[in-house]
Amino acid sequence: MKGSLIIVGCFLLGAFLGWLKVLPAWTVQSDLSSYVLYALMLQVGIGIGSDAKLGQILRSIRPRLLLVPLATITGTLLFSALISFVIERWSLSECLAVSSGFAYYSLSSILISQLKEPTLGVQLASELGTVALMANIFREMFTLLGAPLFVRYFGRLAPICAGGATTMDTTLPVITRYAGNDLVFVSILHGILVDFSVPFLVSFFCQL
Amino acid sequence: MFTVISILFSGIFIGYITRRFPFWEKINRPITYTIYLLLFLLGISVGHNPQIMDNLATLGMQAFLLSAAGTLGSLCFAWLVYRFVFQRRKEAKE
Repeated sequence: MKGSLIIVGCFLLGAFLGWLKVLPAWTVQSDLSSYVLYALMLQVGIGIGSDAKLGQILRSIRPRLLLVPLATITGTLLFSALISFVIERWSLSECLAVSSGFAYYSLSSILISQLKEPTLGVQLASELGTVALMANIFREMFTLLGAPLFVRYFGRLAPICAGGATTMDTTLPVITRYAGNDLVFVSILHGILVDFSVPFLVSFFCQL
Repeated sequence: MFTVISILFSGIFIGYITRRFPFWEKINRPITYTIYLLLFLLGISVGHNPQIMDNLATLGMQAFLLSAAGTLGSLCFAWLVYRFVFQRRKEAKE
């Protein structure tokens, strides 16, 4: 919770300072954020590769459990594709890129605003990045607030799938509370797998 | 484009071959701070951008539609999986 607030806070602080136009020009240039992004991706990769528990987790997966993240990804992309016809501003692949954040708002918004720059230009890429940020924050909020409703109308797995990439940390407490303690492992595994898929899917759709 | 993914994989590779080093256990801290920095930079480029600031409501609506659709899609498929996979298993056990 605190982490989420700090992340949003950093964004708002930057937005405020950017709006006031008090910062030197080099901070607005995208080169800086590209390099910081590369640094982030390197660290994320190292974090994944060096995780001692990773092998253990991968080996203990029962194939059936893979259906849960698969449901999340398929359902999200399908319905997002449908709604993209209603949203005139953005193309199908752009909408899919946004939805591929699966509530992982920090990484997806950063990736999209960077990756879309060559094709859309700084202006539109930042807009799409902002949409991604908001959309994925909303998704996390929907899950946190709607978990009991989801369980009631869509079954016990519902809040896990709704939570997307956040189900191993942020939404885990609310999931265990309303879906049951026995789903802890499913939720964590789901979170890890979906989290892992975000950079790949977002990058993929940004390039289409 | 591919740069990002290849850097990610390079990181995974480096992390894997050096996994014995206790050094990496603390990798989450720098990642968190890097994320803070990047969101800050994103915030700057957004705040600096009158077209975004003026159209927040529109962008927000697009964001809402996308997130609602995506969430709903996941919920529906979650229901399918729960109903046809997990519950059938349960019936088979009983």
